[in-house]
Amino acid sequence: MNAWITCLYGILTRELLRFLHQRERFLGALVRPLVWLFIFAAGFRAALGISIIPPYETYITYETYIVPGLVAMIQLFNGMQSSLSMVYDREMGSMRILLSSPLPRWYLLVCKLLAGVAVSVLQAYAFLLIALAYGIELPAMGWVTVLPALIVNGLMLGALGMLLSSTIRQLENFAGVMNFVVFPLFFLSSALYPLYKMQESSELLYTLCRLNPFTHGVELIRHALYGQFSAEAALVVLGSLLLFMVLAIRGYSPTRGMTNRGPAAAAE
Amino acid sequence: MQTNNTQQDHGSAIPALSVESVSFGYGERQALSDVRFTAPAGRFTALLGPNGAGKTTLFALITRLHRAPSGRIAILGHDLATDPGAALARLGIVFQQPTLDLDLSVAQNLRYFAALHGIGRSEANRRLEEELSRLDMLERAGEKVRKLNGGHRRRVEIARALLHRPALLLLDEPTVGLDLPTRRRLIDHVHSLCRDEGIAALWATHLIDEIDPAADRVVVLHRGRIRDEGDVAEVMKRSGAPSLANAFDRLTAEAPREGAAA
Repeated sequence: MNAWITCLYGILTRELLRFLHQRERFLGALVRPLVWLFIFAAGFRAALGISIIPPYETYITYETYIVPGLVAMIQLFNGMQSSLSMVYDREMGSMRILLSSPLPRWYLLVCKLLAGVAVSVLQAYAFLLIALAYGIELPAMGWVTVLPALIVNGLMLGALGMLLSSTIRQLENFAGVMNFVVFPLFFLSSALYPLYKMQESSELLYTLCRLNPFTHGVELIRHALYGQFSAEAALVVLGSLLLFMVLAIRGYSPTRGMTNRGPAAAAE
Repeated sequence: MQTNNTQQDHGSAIPALSVESVSFGYGERQALSDVRFTAPAGRFTALLGPNGAGKTTLFALITRLHRAPSGRIAILGHDLATDPGAALARLGIVFQQPTLDLDLSVAQNLRYFAALHGIGRSEANRRLEEELSRLDMLERAGEKVRKLNGGHRRRVEIARALLHRPALLLLDEPTVGLDLPTRRRLIDHVHSLCRDEGIAALWATHLIDEIDPAADRVVVLHRGRIRDEGDVAEVMKRSGAPSLANAFDRLTAEAPREGAAA
């Protein structure tokens, strides 16, 4: 087998094994969106009426509306979890084993990213199955057409996580990521409420939501779940993926990233 | 990608490792200054230096975790800056800090490493059996690393570093935290790799008793500079000392310099 494919297979296998060994991580990833679906959505159903907006062709329940947003949320948290795990690997030393492979560093990082996406896609489908059992109906074709959207969105969020991990020096600093990255990305998006609702309350917040790449990730998944394609969302997600990836690879370059950080960095 | 570097490369007169005029700093702090030395094939070379000498920084440069802004590092003639793939493919590493994944088994850790070097599963299984057998660890292959003691984990790391048949083995203070018999076993094993298989080993340490005065080479590093390099007898002779410990004391007994790093 080609060395590059062998390497990708090895990294994928390791991530999946780690994922299987950490059952609490899998449960944790599912519990968060399920709490939103079962409790938050039930409370908001009466308060928040949803007009007919694309890709929907009829009135839908609030629970149905937020399912794509919650799928994207799973991927967002998975991207951050991967980022946390890279910071941990760097502190614990196993990152050095990855980075001292003879294959190009950019390729190793892409493999790492793909492995994280594979895990997040499994989590997303597990959530969709539970949502189906709860009574959320999706077109049969949507289960297939959503896959590319999940891969692209997962790659974008994974690349963002990788970029963050290249700038975070200590595990302790990771809490700041939740406050300054995850929450703004999630709440300033169309995950929980349609953007026209946001526009009714604040033009500024609406603009911020439109600029947020996570919004476009949510919309890409929403359209794909109903067999539709949003070109605008796809372009923004792909563009953001490219930008985050280039910056992340730059952050992990031997000439950057670990320099100017004192002798302790050498031991990381 | 190569999978058997040792047999291909050991016949050559090119040094396994060549470090030429390498300097490196963390911002304003100079960690290494004009470092130059070689590690010949088939020899055990001890990189001897006290804490803070720059050994770990030097290893980070040789493993390409950092890039040296000046100078040249070559592994069997392959320049690390211009041909990193070929250079790293010939390099086996045992870092000072443990780098095994505790939640995976010994075999899973080794297969993962083999994959990073492009070695497929069946060949990886064959090699891991071979390497673990040599270190009496084959019966522990299915166990999670978390269950192993420090000495066993070190043995697994050495087996891992040899999976891709490297020509140069770097070991950064690998005996830290190990008891005396385990230390001795590891040192003997690496010596036998040099003697029997022609591997070059660069063993970073600050412990004189890990060096065999009759057979090993030493490179003395102190405050980021090479103080001497050669066979033990040569270094003793040049410093006019009756023992290596005494020579080491003389070579490192200078006034502290500002800006030293680990």
